[in-house]
Order: sequence, then structure tokens, then C-alpha cells
Amino acid sequence: MVGNLQPCAARVLSPCPRPLGRGAIAQRGTPVSSVQLNDIVKRFGSFVAVDKTSLTIPEGAFVTLLGPSGCGKTTTLRMIAGLLDPTEGEIVIGGRRVNDVPIHKRNLGLVFQNYALFPHKTVVENVAFGLRYRKVPRDEISRRVKMALELVQLPQVGGRYPKALSGGQQQRIALARAIVIEPDVLLLDEPLSALDANLREDMRVELKRIQERIGVTTVFVTHDQSEALAMSDRIVVMSNGKVEQVGAPADVYNTPASEFVARFLGASNILDGRCLSRGAEGALLEVPVFGKVMVPSAKAPHLGGAGPAKLVIRAERLVLRDTAPDGGLMSAPATIDAVDYQGQAARYFLRAGDHSLQAINMIDERPFPAGADVHMTLRPQDCAALPG
Amino acid sequence: MSVEARERRQPWILLSPALGAVALLLLVPLIFIVVYSFWLRAAVGPDTPGFHLDNWQRALTDPFYRYILLNTLKIAAITTVFCALLGYPAAYFITRSRGNKLILLLLLMLPFWISYIIRTMSWINILGSSGAVNTLLLSMGVISDPIRMLYNEATVILGLVHFLLPFMVLNIYVSLDGIDTNLEDAATSLGATRWQAFLQVTLPLSLPGLAAGGLLCFVLGAGTYITPLILGGPRDAMFANLVFEAIITQLNWPMGSALSLLLLLVLGALVAIYNRFLGMSQLTKGLG
Repeated sequence: MVGNLQPCAARVLSPCPRPLGRGAIAQRGTPVSSVQLNDIVKRFGSFVAVDKTSLTIPEGAFVTLLGPSGCGKTTTLRMIAGLLDPTEGEIVIGGRRVNDVPIHKRNLGLVFQNYALFPHKTVVENVAFGLRYRKVPRDEISRRVKMALELVQLPQVGGRYPKALSGGQQQRIALARAIVIEPDVLLLDEPLSALDANLREDMRVELKRIQERIGVTTVFVTHDQSEALAMSDRIVVMSNGKVEQVGAPADVYNTPASEFVARFLGASNILDGRCLSRGAEGALLEVPVFGKVMVPSAKAPHLGGAGPAKLVIRAERLVLRDTAPDGGLMSAPATIDAVDYQGQAARYFLRAGDHSLQAINMIDERPFPAGADVHMTLRPQDCAALPG
Repeated sequence: MSVEARERRQPWILLSPALGAVALLLLVPLIFIVVYSFWLRAAVGPDTPGFHLDNWQRALTDPFYRYILLNTLKIAAITTVFCALLGYPAAYFITRSRGNKLILLLLLMLPFWISYIIRTMSWINILGSSGAVNTLLLSMGVISDPIRMLYNEATVILGLVHFLLPFMVLNIYVSLDGIDTNLEDAATSLGATRWQAFLQVTLPLSLPGLAAGGLLCFVLGAGTYITPLILGGPRDAMFANLVFEAIITQLNWPMGSALSLLLLLVLGALVAIYNRFLGMSQLTKGLG
């Protein structure tokens, strides 16, 4: 619990004090809502931006749509918002089909990458904007605006114009403007991308704190994997208009469902090989460089049986040593082509026969020099297997 | 010479031909006109040099001149309002059309390729007694005699709107084009309808463009003499026609000078007021 917040401030924007937590929200009716997409298709002419996507976003969850630009994540968000109509399929928010509900009646909070604050209105007028269309009495408006500004930790800037604020402050105000209306769902379209690196990490923590405090269902769009991993309850990885994988951050990271996910999240080595057999204890793969590897079942959920297969090795799981290990570990000799020194860690570009691999290791004293001959070691349970 | 000194001198070197031309072709003649306005016209022979306030006194007190001046300002104001009402939706449409924006802007510029006089005269072929409208109505038997539509204040305003509309559309377009479309989306997501979002966000943010277009239309409209000459009747003279009349017809240069300076001062005051509240930078944006 941060500071000396009143119970009322915790459920910040409702009119009277009420206990903390999601229970309080449930009592109040449903200020948070689940979102469901059923077989959504969006076509622009002949271009298919979103292809038969179904997704369930549970109440109060923080769900991230993650993918490279053009993968359909923003299009999906804009369809939930009502800024785009789906070509096919159904959007359900809080049990209500909203395909034909115009955006101004959907009660959603929307935060844009470029903040989209009204430049001709003061901060207070910006934050109060949505309340003016909700028949909220005037003194109630000023009370809720004040609380929203306190929630984003900018209570003193109310009289200023957006131009007089820094990028980070503007984004906080944009967030305050979106949540002051107590939206059913909060939609965030790359809200941190326009901020510089340090500020981005601070805002990441801040945004997550605020989201947890008010418990609003949140859909977050980003191309930044570290944002997605740090903030989400669930990550939806998208590529070419399709959902590649849905799961908790750790699951998506450790057990990628496809080569795309493995490559997009973090640095991975992917070795083409064969699955020799699939048993109860795991899948036996034969791959170049390391030979036979027994991947535990939990790390090979998508692998059916014998046939072509891929072994995914995270760069930070590949540990370099001077000497070959005694036993229990997989090991293979390699030569270091290049070293990318990063302070606390180093990224090594390795060559083993015809294969190039990457390893990211913490540095004990000094990194291995380029040209050194080393042994790459690896625990079988740190690998994941994909169908080939 | 140091680099800094060279850089300080460079803009003046580049500007000097233009400044020279402006001084020679605008400033010097203007000084001539100022001097002329204090001379007197003699009944015979050359004008009488000196410092006489007679022309100014007449220009400022003669009710005929005052009537024409007010009428000129009225016509310019009506024209500006029509241009704004017709131009805003057009500019909004061009801003929001995605693929063919360039073609639409090109179409908007197209009238400038034809002489303004020819464009003004084209209305005679449309509204004249043997023009397109009358011919059509006659052939359909709706009327038996041609209707008199030309040569009144309404056709003067029509001609001016025709002439000035592109300036208005361009100015509003430039203003609208600079407004982030996310702002309207943000407003609707907060509960405003499309129309409310427009009134609350887009319209106020585009007012500088509207004002710049308005100023341009008003000043150009108030200074015109060709449109009333071609499309107006004898009683629809505008102020610039008086100047033309005094200088070309009556050869009364001193009086013409005083009248033209009076118009310059009135319009100059208007520009100064605009500049005080909105700044000139908005105007140059629309011309770019």
C-alpha cells in the first residue's frame, strides 16, 4: 500500500468511501467488464489486417497485444474501441454485443501513443471532458478530476495547458482523462512508445500500479516485449493478423508456441532437427551441435510425435565455460566470433561447425575474449521443442 | 571575414534583390501617392503642389464616399461569410479524404490557371439575358421573356465568392490538416458524439485558419474593382471603382490618391487588429 491513501482514494473515482479491492467493484455493479472477440475479421480492400481472431479478456485483467508493426494489434484495439468496424465477427463487452454501439456510448477509456490531449484546453478541462457528457454535477466533476490528478501524481498542474507539460506528464494526464470516466475497459495504444527509455520504465511501473489500484480491465498494445513481459497478466502474441499464442508472460517466454514467438520474444537459438520419439517423460530430439536432447513434456506441448522438429534455446540459458562440464549437462564446443559487452552481461556470437548461435551471460569478472574456444552448456529442461 | 560575420550578412545579400524591387516598385510609388494626396487639382493646367487637406477633408466627410465605403465593407463581409460557410465543409472533406487529397487540392488550384477577368466574365454567359440559364428556361417554356439576373449587388457577391473561395478553402485546409485526428477520436471515446467532438475540438483548433482565410477574403474582396465593373450595375460601385473613376476618368490624381490611401488605411487597420489577436504567421501558412 503506497502512502496514506484514503480507502476512497483507492477506488479513486467513485463518489463515496468503499473498501479496497475488486470486491468493492463487483458490489458496485460492473464498472469493469470482460471483453470477448468472436471470429473477428478486418479487411481493408483485399488486405486482411485481422484474420479470424477470437480472444477472451477476463474482467480486471491486464492483457497485452504484442507483435511487430502491421501484425493487426492496433487494428484489433481500434475495433474494440469502436473506431473501426469489424468486417466479420462479434465484439462483446460485459456480455453486450457492441458491434453496432457507437464509440461514444461504449464507455471505454482510450489512451493514445501521442497522448491526444486537447491543446486548447487546460489540464483540468481535458480531464473533465468525459464527465461533462455524463451528466455529473459540477462539484462532483471537480472532485473527481482532483482525485484523478492525484492518482497520476500530478495534482499541481491542473491550470496549465498540455504544451507546458513534459511528455511523461502529458501521458499521465491522458491516462487520468481516460480513467476519470470509470470506463468499463481501458484501451492503451502504445502509450509509452513516445517516451524516452528511462521515463518509459518508470511509467511502466506507474501504469501497472494505477491499473491494479482501480482494477479496470485493460487492453495494452505494444511492440515492446519487455513492456509486455513486465506488465501483463496475459500476453497475446500476434503476427500477420493472427494470434500466435496466448498465455502468461512466463509461459509465452519459456514455452513459445511457434518459431515466430520464440524469435520475437528475447534472443533465441533455433536448431532444426528431428523428433525421434515422444514419450511420457518427454520428447527425444536429435539436433545438430548438441546431438540427442530429451526435452521435458511441459516444454514440448505442441509436438505430436516423431518427425521434423525444432529445438529452441534461449540465449541466456546457453552458459559458456572454459572447460567441458562433468555430466548431466548438454555441452558442445564453440568459438566466439564477436562479443557485445553490455556492462553486467555480454552477448556472445558463437560458431559451432556450420551453425551460428548466441549466448547472453552475466559477467563474473571479465567477458570471454573474441576468438576464444569455449564450451556451451545447457540443461535439457531449459530447452523447448516445436514441431518442425 | 569570420564564419559568423559571413552568416550574418548572407540573408541580407539574398534578400537585397527582393528588397530593392519592393522599395522601387512599391514604396516609392506609395510615397508619390501620399505626396499627391495633399496636392490640389487646378481647373486648368497642372496640379497645384503644396500641403492642402482639401482632398482628405472631402474623402472623409462626403456622404457619398462614406456610403460607398460602408457598402464596400458590407459586400466584403457578406462575401467572407459565404466563403466561410461554403469553404469549411469543402476543406474538411479534403482533409479527411485519404487517397485523393492531392487531386482535390489540384482541382482547387485549377481556377487560378484561368484569368480572374475571364472567370468573372463567364457569369455573363451563364446569367445574361441570352445566357445558359435564361436559354434553358425559355426553351422549357417556364418563362416567356429573359429574367434580369445580372448587374446587381447579388451578382457582385456571387462573382467575389467565386473568385475568393479557393483562398478560404486553402487556409482552412492548412489549419485542419495540422489537427491530429486522434483528438476527435479521443473526444468521442470520452462520450462526445461526432458533432460534439467537432464543435469542442476541431472547430476551435481550426479557427486560426478560418480567421486567416476570412481576412484574406475580406481584404481582397474590399479592394476589388473588376468584379463590380463586370457584374455590377451602375449603383453597385465599390470603393476601388471610385479610385479608378477619379484617376482614369476624371484625371483627378490628388483626389484618387487620397481615396486609395483611405481604403489602404481602413484595410490596414483591420490587418493590424487581426495581427494583434492572431498573429501574421497563420496567414503565411495558408499561402504556402
